[in-house]
Amino acid sequence: MPNDKKSQKIVDIIQNAARKHSLFVLAYGTGCGAIEIPPTMTSKYDAERFGIRGMATPRQADVLLVTGYLATKTLKRVIRAYEQMQDPKYVIGFGSCTINGGMYWDSYNTIKLLDKYIPVDVYINGCMPRPEAVIDGFIELQGLIKDGKANGAEKYKENLDWYRANQKKVIKNWNMPDYNW
Amino acid sequence: MDNSIWISILGFLATVVLAFTVGVFYGGFVRKITARIQNRVGPPVYQNFFDIVKLYSKKTAVNHGWMQHLAPALAITASVTSLMFIPILNGQGWIWFENLNFKGDLIFLLYMMVFGSLGMALGAGQTGNPHSAIGVSRGLSQMVGYEIPWVLALVAIMMQAHTTSITGLLEYQNANGTWMMFESPLAFIAALMAMLGMFHYAPFDVPFAPAELASGPASEFGGKYLALMMTSGSIFAFVKLVLIVDIFMGGASNLIMLVVKTFLLYMVPVLYGIVSPRYRTEQSIRYFWGWPTLIGVLGVLYVVFTR
Repeated sequence: MPNDKKSQKIVDIIQNAARKHSLFVLAYGTGCGAIEIPPTMTSKYDAERFGIRGMATPRQADVLLVTGYLATKTLKRVIRAYEQMQDPKYVIGFGSCTINGGMYWDSYNTIKLLDKYIPVDVYINGCMPRPEAVIDGFIELQGLIKDGKANGAEKYKENLDWYRANQKKVIKNWNMPDYNW
Repeated sequence: MDNSIWISILGFLATVVLAFTVGVFYGGFVRKITARIQNRVGPPVYQNFFDIVKLYSKKTAVNHGWMQHLAPALAITASVTSLMFIPILNGQGWIWFENLNFKGDLIFLLYMMVFGSLGMALGAGQTGNPHSAIGVSRGLSQMVGYEIPWVLALVAIMMQAHTTSITGLLEYQNANGTWMMFESPLAFIAALMAMLGMFHYAPFDVPFAPAELASGPASEFGGKYLALMMTSGSIFAFVKLVLIVDIFMGGASNLIMLVVKTFLLYMVPVLYGIVSPRYRTEQSIRYFWGWPTLIGVLGVLYVVFTR
């Protein structure tokens, strides 16, 4: 992460190198994109050689991989999972649906742009993006982490009111606990 | 007097650093070997160092109370304490940094090695996560399973050598010129089968079970807590391996011999695990209370009647 001089100290360089080479992924697979995750992780495309590894719980994860469209009902769970993750945390928007709604562009109960609700660091375009594209997106994220530019979590903390307002606009029955992340 | 304190501190640090390095590299080797068997490239062998450094440099670590805050500390206390009581390198009449080797015996270690799991169970209980609660109950049930053949094996060799001290067992093996695994083979087999459960690789990974329990007791531990638990786990794997090498395989007189023996021993649960699916909890306990316990009892009888 950059300090006030906008340059990295030696400690930052070491920490960012470790963060870059070790990404624990929480795959939020409610959309159709979830089907591309197993080939990415298993023998054919083996994402583990880049240090990318699946994790079962938000507490242990670094990367939230939102695969595909989000209904307003699932958005609530995504926000909850995102807020339970520990800093520094990153979000990858996966597929066209997280960018502009994709084929659900005129649907009444899906969100169109994920970045309005949680801060997205990297988008992977496509419908579906193939495993090569997914790995390419992860390497893009690794480059951002190395340069200390993947600071979506800080953006979220700074602009929390704006994000909360957007979230409450689509989630009508808002009864979420307050997290002390 | 002043000098010996510094040597003790140096010995403590050297032992912990050695255990941590070897344990973490073994973790990396296991991931690499698993990957090669599944026809993948796999992460580099130093991948676990990156994981641990990254987890230590996390900025936040949420906890749900002081017991959860304390649990990883209890786990690493148990690992390091057990490490202090085990002779790492030894030969004819000498020992490498005799930390606390002469102060405790196998019976003390039996209790000390359980202490970390119990601390983790208390900490996981406070998180209130249902996955943690199920994982803890499964882990403790499984521990009841594998402790029985393990204790039977230890009782057999303690009767064989007429001593409960680890250094005493090493001296016995040095004096006799054979390893304990050849003198009481049944006890060694029982201990090996108990070791499958101690390392929690498949098919005995019922407490963690990522696919059904979301990593079980550890599911609410993130950031630095997870880092501490991974450090503790690496050290504890080394502790268990060196203990079995010491009491059954005559210890090791240099670092290469230590690495060769512990690595070969480590491959038993690892390779057995890679090719096995997961047991259910009651299948796992039934496994340990079946053949391993019977072999352990036979090992004790063998010692009683031959000696």
